[in-house]
Amino acid sequence: MDWQLLISQLLNGLQLGMLLFLLAAGLTLIFGIMDFINLSHGSFYMIGAFVCATLVERTGSLIASVVIAVVIVFGVGLLVERFVARKLYAHDHLDQVLVTFGLILIFDTLAHLIWGAAGMTIPLPAWLNGQIDIAGVIIPGYRVLIISAGLAVVVGLFFLVTRSRLGMLIRAGASNRTMVTALGVNIDRLYLVVFALGAALAGFAGMLIAPITEASIGMGNEIIIVAFVVVIVGGIGSIKGAFVSAILIGFIDTLGRSYLDDLLSLFLATRYAETAAPALSAMTIYILMASVLAFRPQGLFPPASSMR
Amino acid sequence: MSLAIRNLNKSFGGIMASSDVNLDIEENETHAIVGPNGSGKTTLIAQLSGIIVPDSGTIHFNGVDITRAPSHRHAHIGLARSFQITSVIMPMTLVENVMMAAQSVSGHSFRFWRPISLERDLRERAMQYLEDVGLKDVSGSEARAVSHGQRRQLEIAMALALNPRLLLLDEPMAGMGKRESGRIVELLAGLKGKMTMVLVEHDMDAVFALADTASVLVDGSIIATGPAAEVRANPEVQRAYLGDLHA
Amino acid sequence: MKPSAPRRVSWGVYGTLFLFLLAAPPVLVWADQPFYMDLLTRVLILSIAASSLNLILGYGGMISLGHAAFVGLGAYSVAIPSYYGIYSGYLHLGIAIAACVLFALVTGAICLRTRGVYFIMITLAFAQMLYFTFVSLEEYGADDGLLIYQRSEFSGLLNLENPGVLYYLAMGVLAGCLGLMNRLIHSRFGRVIVGIRHNEPRMQSLGYNTYRYKLACYAISGAMAGISGFLLGNFTYFISPEMMDWTRSGELIFMVVLGGTGVLLAPVAGTAVFLLLEEILSAFTVYWHLLFGGFLIAIVLFGRGGLHGLVEKLERRNHSR
Repeated sequence: MDWQLLISQLLNGLQLGMLLFLLAAGLTLIFGIMDFINLSHGSFYMIGAFVCATLVERTGSLIASVVIAVVIVFGVGLLVERFVARKLYAHDHLDQVLVTFGLILIFDTLAHLIWGAAGMTIPLPAWLNGQIDIAGVIIPGYRVLIISAGLAVVVGLFFLVTRSRLGMLIRAGASNRTMVTALGVNIDRLYLVVFALGAALAGFAGMLIAPITEASIGMGNEIIIVAFVVVIVGGIGSIKGAFVSAILIGFIDTLGRSYLDDLLSLFLATRYAETAAPALSAMTIYILMASVLAFRPQGLFPPASSMR
Repeated sequence: MSLAIRNLNKSFGGIMASSDVNLDIEENETHAIVGPNGSGKTTLIAQLSGIIVPDSGTIHFNGVDITRAPSHRHAHIGLARSFQITSVIMPMTLVENVMMAAQSVSGHSFRFWRPISLERDLRERAMQYLEDVGLKDVSGSEARAVSHGQRRQLEIAMALALNPRLLLLDEPMAGMGKRESGRIVELLAGLKGKMTMVLVEHDMDAVFALADTASVLVDGSIIATGPAAEVRANPEVQRAYLGDLHA
Repeated sequence: MKPSAPRRVSWGVYGTLFLFLLAAPPVLVWADQPFYMDLLTRVLILSIAASSLNLILGYGGMISLGHAAFVGLGAYSVAIPSYYGIYSGYLHLGIAIAACVLFALVTGAICLRTRGVYFIMITLAFAQMLYFTFVSLEEYGADDGLLIYQRSEFSGLLNLENPGVLYYLAMGVLAGCLGLMNRLIHSRFGRVIVGIRHNEPRMQSLGYNTYRYKLACYAISGAMAGISGFLLGNFTYFISPEMMDWTRSGELIFMVVLGGTGVLLAPVAGTAVFLLLEEILSAFTVYWHLLFGGFLIAIVLFGRGGLHGLVEKLERRNHSR
């Protein structure tokens, strides 16, 4: 067994899990609280990456750029909620699908207009570009940063949701919408904040990944589907569910891609194993989703809702 | 024995909606279930019609265990229901609604080719049921275009079109005016003795005009059951429920 | 007034469209305009896919965001046998239908247990699963897809290499599918499907096992979309996973809604306008998606009922005059 490879794959899995969680946290809240399906959530991921890349180019400081970019994406989220999403809460899901699909086209084209077709890289400062050597295992420093940043957000979000008044409303909203209205809360403002918060988290994920992949048009359109799977597996409206299933899916997807061919060659001739493994590893997370749904149609952690 | 309920329990987060419910209803009997709001009447009906599965206990219908049967099975063994909150197919006409019910119990519906309009007998039967409930004149109107009272009548016509041996009626007079509910009482009186009926209703005059037997449900438990007149006179019932209504 | 009354009036519009499509090939060949011939062929082929989506979405109320998967499966059913030198059209078509029905039954069995947002996302996820599966199949070209060097053979009966033959075949298949759907929605089965869309709990209490009806409907729709994919693969001489990307499924939904959901012929008009608009706008500017997205949003927010609804409104105004 190649321990170096295993550890680096585990870290990759954790990193993917963190990114998925940042995307899925907003999605699951927006589904759970507003019953709103937002296909264009991945656009915030892209916008975050581009805005951050531009700021880094101008200011040279990664940290300052990230802080400003998160605020900007939060602002974009506010605008989208106020002028588009809010008009759609009362509509059926079909309308929401279509309008947010239209939003993707618009955001992708706007990105094309503003930043060009080529995409943008974010150069890493020297202190992040190094490798960390832990007992003979070499780990890229930036990977550690992504994971720590993700964990920091998880902890922050956890405190926000469990300890603050906003969090109380969010939890109540995800399990019982009428109750929140009955509490006399300004529901419009709650929705606005939740939506923008979700957008900012997605944007932050985009900023984290951009130094590795680069900011490119449509970069959010594929990972957002995996984020949907995370939300379904975790249970719509559940932050805890989103976290558990994001990490689970991050690991399964990454490890499947690197070890499935070895595993298959235990049963199959190498030639077939090499053909089948990539196809099968592309399916693993969907098979996971299907199996979870077969036993728990509401996902792993359905938000407690009062029946009757 | 038409319906036999044994030791039925159902709780929602610690609240007992059904607490050790035992009930026998004879063939062709009309049985009323009364009780204050939140006493568990709707939960009981939901368990009888297969929408909610009880935590424990059994329900037998004509000797068949239906405790865990899915709700779509019920119509085919002769158990039909009407809903407390009107549930009809709004954009369809009244006759189409009733045809939908009649179609369900006349062979399967995996028939893809023959237009439904050629199935004359379905339409004729549907029209007959609409006439029985007094909706013949508006049979061509869409359900969303008729009055609330007429939709309640439509509910009953749909249930009847299933040709049931047991009819579960969940507050058939809910939200109706005096004249309209009088019409329903008349209709149900005409059905008495032809099938078993379980009636959940708030209107006490209507209940005791129709029911042969009655049960009183309080906090999920049956506190009294027996012939309607006796139940009405039972002091415990008077105190627990009827008293504060008539006070 | 019965709601079906004004719909009859629109037959004039659809009749004109039909005659136009029927007469177009000879005129276009005479005028030497292969480009427009191709465009119309694509309209016909994608109309089949859009109509099949209309069956589950418009009539059955099942919002599938994974319909392009069936189209892609249909096209791969031409490409993969051809890759091994098997050109029989009967076989291609058979595989297309069988594969789509199987995929519909397996994925439908899972996603139809859920509803609402769950259903949308699960159809989307399964389609994406198929997409990534084909992306990872190196043998069949992975990302780049497969070229189809020769169109399906129908034992000398039909020569699909002739654009006119392919055109009229597509038109015939479209007419056949629409005819079938028309029978279907007025049959017992169709009434049940429509009933489920409007009030599923009530249909269950009336004794319908709604899950089985929806699953059957989903499989029929999938098979039709597969046939459309079979034609599309033949038409383009090419298939790549991109053809089943989820944005393609989004476009199919747009075509249906643009035409008018739950109206038999409307998706044909929706597809035609969609593809025409795509051609015109993309010739006009590379940033045409911006206009397209705006148009999409406007249709949803202001144009309820799609093109069909618009025509209906206009006709009603003319009548009341």
